[in-house]
Amino acid sequence: MSEPLLRIEGLRTVFRTSGGDVPAVDGVSLEVHRGRTLGIVGESGCGKSVLSLSVMRLVAHPGRIAAGRVMLGERDLASLSMAEMRQVRGRDIAMIFQEPMTSLNPVHSVGFQITEAIRAHDPRASNAELRNRGIEALKRVRIPSPERRFDEYPHQLSGGMRQRVMIAMALACSPKLLIADEPTTALDVTVQAQILDLLRELQAETGMAIILITHDLGVIAEMADEVAVMYSGKVVERTNARALFEDPQHPYTLGLLGSIPRLDEDRENLLAIRGTVPPPFNLPPGCRFNPRCPFAIEACRAEIPPLRSIIPGHEVACICAPVEASVAA
Amino acid sequence: MLRHALHRIALAVPVLFGVLVIGFLLMQIVPTDPATVRAGPTATQEVVAAIRAELGLDQPIWVQFGLYLWRLAHGDLGVSIINNVPVTQELGATIGPTVELMLASLVWSIPTGIFLGTIAAYWRGSILDRTIMAVSVAGVSVPVFFLGLVLIWFAGFQWQLLPFTGREGPLWSWEGIRAIILPAITLGGVLVGPVARMTRTAVVDTLSADHVRTARAKGLNERLVVLRHALRNALIPVVTLIGLQIGFLLGGAVVTETIFSWPGVGRLAVGAILSADFPMAQGTIIVLSAGFILVNLIVDLLYAVLDPRVRQS
Ligand SMILES: Nc1ncnc2c1ncn2[C@@H]1O[C@H](COP(=O)(O)OP(=O)(O)OP(=O)(O)O)[C@@H](O)[C@H]1O
Ligand SMILES: [Mg+2]
Repeated sequence: MSEPLLRIEGLRTVFRTSGGDVPAVDGVSLEVHRGRTLGIVGESGCGKSVLSLSVMRLVAHPGRIAAGRVMLGERDLASLSMAEMRQVRGRDIAMIFQEPMTSLNPVHSVGFQITEAIRAHDPRASNAELRNRGIEALKRVRIPSPERRFDEYPHQLSGGMRQRVMIAMALACSPKLLIADEPTTALDVTVQAQILDLLRELQAETGMAIILITHDLGVIAEMADEVAVMYSGKVVERTNARALFEDPQHPYTLGLLGSIPRLDEDRENLLAIRGTVPPPFNLPPGCRFNPRCPFAIEACRAEIPPLRSIIPGHEVACICAPVEASVAA
Repeated sequence: MLRHALHRIALAVPVLFGVLVIGFLLMQIVPTDPATVRAGPTATQEVVAAIRAELGLDQPIWVQFGLYLWRLAHGDLGVSIINNVPVTQELGATIGPTVELMLASLVWSIPTGIFLGTIAAYWRGSILDRTIMAVSVAGVSVPVFFLGLVLIWFAGFQWQLLPFTGREGPLWSWEGIRAIILPAITLGGVLVGPVARMTRTAVVDTLSADHVRTARAKGLNERLVVLRHALRNALIPVVTLIGLQIGFLLGGAVVTETIFSWPGVGRLAVGAILSADFPMAQGTIIVLSAGFILVNLIVDLLYAVLDPRVRQS
């Protein structure tokens, strides 16, 4: 495959606490390719948001990137100055968030907030030009009567409309990569589907890459080309979307898949995972999933299993994953 | 916006009426009989009775109230017991200087407080933040008169930097500006601390809001993030809280005017009360209360300017 657009290498983001630094993202390596969608899936608290904020260098104090690189082309975002990073935000990489209700500023009009993003990267644009481009951006996300909406305030819009505005704002400067952190979680089901359709259409139009963060495997199935499954700050399985659903290897992935109810399958195969993600300040020894893993053996508690390739393009961090069997298949 | 404004004005009317009622009742409960005072110590019963009739004091109370409103509507608040000058004339001469002093105090203290509160919030936990907050707390606990006296003693008396006795001309003259500096520092000084503290709290709050993260994700620089997305939103609670400080400010104006011999309504009120000049006291109380209502109204309207959700409801 061609040179990736974004390559995350060994990223580690820690939060300083009274008991020392605790890792929320711990040695994550990922790649995103032009025009493709990387899905990141995992339960609440596994570090998905911290990972995406780390890419944008938006992790708030007391969090910081402790190690690793975030390569955008030749540049390592993790070591850019704040001024250089501002040039990247919005122009090369844009981000949309889970809460469309609170992610827009209630005191500024929708149009102002969109054009502000444009102006940040094109300070010479005239007001008339900004307005045109803002309305254009609203049109692109299929907002009806964009000229009128341009002057409205967030409280006058529904949740779905606000998320469209967020997308319009994110895409206003034609970024190469869009990071969408649970963009549909706060929306009701029909609106969710519309937003996902919109993202797919926009991706086809613009050729941008998307990192789509979700805890919903249904969304992954619909949207993602590649998938990374995260657990407790680490990537535990990484492959293409098709292989993930057809040939899942990590017990955690199996558990996640099991928690989607399937009518066509025998109920007894349903494998639910008990318990929750351990907090980063209280991690179990060895594989972080071992306390919840139905297949855990003594060796699982001994050391953290590395992410290793079991077949080309399919990596798993589980000592039980059968390398030879998969290669044979 | 217009509806909001009309609504607020409509709400202010009954409050203003209440003030007039209280102003009237104050005159009813004072122990001194205005007619006796007016007539002087040597006057005969007949003269006093004649004055009573002239003032309408022999009428039933509700007729007197009607008469009071009637006179008020015609700009007649009676005459001073002390020097027979019409109350409205005195008020007319003192309102200007008071408004002047208020504006001169607000124009520096509110921006200063907001600026200090914002930088304290942005660098919260730093030495800068702690210093600003310590000074603010100290500022809140310093009484107006103390600050005024310290300024008079040093800047006015010892170092002879600035005048400190009264108004020396209109604000567009050099003398006028010089004379208002010390009173304006005194009256504004007590506001800086509370405004800084309120601003800090509000900005700390808005800085952690989701939309601030969005603003940063767009690539805005920190100055715009703070001004447009944190401070701008924080102004809504700050203005509300400043509104609550207005009574405090009016009280401060009375004290400041008195110690700096500033020829305003506050000093007039103190003089009238000390000399038992009841019509004058009544007039000043009505004016100060009306001022209070007016400033509250302005704050309410400002609130709508700042918050589109209020504007459009
Ligand atoms: N400000 C912070 N201080 C300390 N720890 C934090 C902070 N923010 C996040 N964390 C820790 O980082 C871990 C990962 O959080 P993150 O928000 O990335 O989870 P997530 O996968 O996005 O979950 P969700 O699905 O709920 O959004 C959490 O366990 C949390 O304890
Ligand atoms: Mg999250």
